[in-house]
Amino acid sequence: MLEIKNLHANIDGKEILKGLSLEVRPGEIHAIMGPNGAGKSTLASVLTGHPSFEVTHGEVSFHGKDLLELAPEERANEGIFLSFQYPVEIPGVSMVNFMRTAINEQRKYRGQDPISATDFLRLMREKKELVEMDNKLTNRSVNEGFSGGEKKRNEIFQMAMLDPKLSILDETDSGLDIDALRIVANGVNKLKRPDNATIVITHYQRLLDYIVPDFVHVLYDGRIVKTGDKNLALELEEKGYDWIKQEVGSI
Amino acid sequence: MEKQYINLYKQYHETIKKHSSSLMNVSRDASFALFEKLGFPTTKLEKYKYTDLTDALSYDYGLNINRLDIPVNPYQVFKCDVPGIQSYLYFVLNDGFYPVNDKRNDELPESVIICSLREAAEKYPALVEKYYGKLTATKNDGLVAFNGAFAQDGFFMYVPENIQLDRPVQLINIMRSDVDFMANSHNLIILEKNAKAQLLVCDHTMDDVRFVTNRVTEVFVNEYATYEHYKLENTHNRTTNLSTLLIDQKASSIVLGNIMTLHNGVTRNTIEIGINGEHCETTLCGMVVGDKNQQVDNYTSIRHNKPNCHSTELFKYVLDDVSKGGFTGELYVARDAQKTQAYQTNKNILLNRTAKMRTKPQLEIYADDVKCSHGATIGQLDESAMFYMRQRGIPEKEARLLLMFAFTADVMEHIRIDALQDRMKMLVEKRLRGELSKCEGCVICQ
Ligand SMILES: Nc1ncnc2c1ncn2[C@@H]1O[C@H](COP(=O)(O)OP(=O)(O)OP(=O)(O)O)[C@@H](O)[C@H]1O
Ligand SMILES: [Mg+2]
Repeated sequence: MLEIKNLHANIDGKEILKGLSLEVRPGEIHAIMGPNGAGKSTLASVLTGHPSFEVTHGEVSFHGKDLLELAPEERANEGIFLSFQYPVEIPGVSMVNFMRTAINEQRKYRGQDPISATDFLRLMREKKELVEMDNKLTNRSVNEGFSGGEKKRNEIFQMAMLDPKLSILDETDSGLDIDALRIVANGVNKLKRPDNATIVITHYQRLLDYIVPDFVHVLYDGRIVKTGDKNLALELEEKGYDWIKQEVGSI
Repeated sequence: MEKQYINLYKQYHETIKKHSSSLMNVSRDASFALFEKLGFPTTKLEKYKYTDLTDALSYDYGLNINRLDIPVNPYQVFKCDVPGIQSYLYFVLNDGFYPVNDKRNDELPESVIICSLREAAEKYPALVEKYYGKLTATKNDGLVAFNGAFAQDGFFMYVPENIQLDRPVQLINIMRSDVDFMANSHNLIILEKNAKAQLLVCDHTMDDVRFVTNRVTEVFVNEYATYEHYKLENTHNRTTNLSTLLIDQKASSIVLGNIMTLHNGVTRNTIEIGINGEHCETTLCGMVVGDKNQQVDNYTSIRHNKPNCHSTELFKYVLDDVSKGGFTGELYVARDAQKTQAYQTNKNILLNRTAKMRTKPQLEIYADDVKCSHGATIGQLDESAMFYMRQRGIPEKEARLLLMFAFTADVMEHIRIDALQDRMKMLVEKRLRGELSKCEGCVICQ
């Protein structure tokens, strides 16, 4: 479904991704781990089309389409969803209006009519229950004044609403208390289907107890330097990244 | 520029006076003398440095000093499309009050007086004399002086003690002329103790000629009275709207002003509120959506002369193309106006590099036990919010629109007439989309 080949990307002339390759197939869960500043969020930004990043080399295809040719909104409507590491507050734009606009844009992209008011309300209710989100939050402006954990929960709520094919969760676990972590992870698992896939960016093995990955990758200095199964995460938790850095250095 | 008007006055002042009321004529010559001395304001004056009238005043305008009838019945041709707004409806056609002939106005409580200022001056001389010109008298201002010399009529509203109007009064200023035209009018609004009124003033243009309007409005809000003043400007881009709104607030009164410019040519609003009693509440808001070569300057002044009052000021501008905005927020707190709380905010979004905004807070605070704050920002749309929305599938154009609309939302929250708020939201959204946001019955050229 997603194929990244030898991806290089810059910000402000500084190269951050330095030849990254990755393949994700339907039904898979990939975890990406790696030290601070390695380029994990950059990968998420580049895949979703953030205008600050410049791709200098490499290819990305999504369901056979050249992803790099598409505008951010087109990528979203093709089914790519990013749960942001730092969700943005948008004062004055209500959650309800925001969600309705997003849903209808997606439907328009797919040649469908706008959603009816009753269907929309039902969908909202259903998905709020999935992540046990408080009604009060959806009545407010997007993320405005939300606590760190509430913002993360709101990201998964939006993911549930938009039903993406590929979800990228960028440190969705950070800032969540233990109960919230379980609720959010359960939500993600319930949304799991054989035809969609998830990339989980995290620093903590704990999340991977709930969302069990098929692959664990280590992203270091702009490249994926090691890939393993879920046991790699346990090993990283125990030993840190130094041994990986040494391995890379010795190549 | 001034010369032709000075000559006009010298030659025709008898005609001007003949078609006005003796009460308005009392100070006419003095106003003229002041205008002769001051002339039209220029950008050299501190108060007018964001208002450039050179171009607007370089044309020849007709004035209707003979008060010839304008052959149009606004009640028939004008359809205000604020759906669901139940209002008492009045028109000022160019610069004259149009005789009332609408059934809707039959339900106005009998003790409330709404008529032309000229008629009021004749029928209720004591009342008019007590208030007329009391706020303009101290203004050393070329436009106010010009108005004092040339205005012959205007809108008059009197709400007696304890009368609270159940629906808004709507005053529509319509400009109708086949040649370039200038209108001067003077409005007088009086709310007695514990009275309540909401006034919605709409400015419209019906013909595609150049217009200048120079309107002065004096408002007296007595003890415990509540007055809301909404102004919606939706005129074409060859219009110059000069307006002076002067409000006098007595103890425990509540005033809300909300001044919205959606479409215009050159606009100068001077709004001065004097808080002259304790425990007053004052809210002054405004919003500007400008593009092409529109110019809007809001000069505001809130003077806390008495203790224990609260004022909030909030102005927001969205400017595109080569439009220009100006905002001045003068805040004065007198030495014994202790326990004053005064907050001022002016936020602006420039959609490109060619649009210009100039903003100036001007605080003079002489009391020590006060809470005052002011803040002004000029910026662009929040790029991270834009990306966030696009990541959710919302196209760039739509995301921009949502952000701009959100930006103006808090000004619109300060519209306390539901139907008007809904209508404004729709007009603003259409305007931001670049569609015509005109009401039926007026011309807007793009
Ligand atoms: N706007 C920018 N200008 C310059 N450098 C940037 C910019 N944004 C990111 N970087 C740099 O790119 C590198 C990768 O950042 P990125 O956010 O992708 O790291 P990360 O792997 O997500 O780290 P973390 O685990 O801390 O979230 C960092 O060195 C960062 O400083
Ligand atoms: Mg990161």
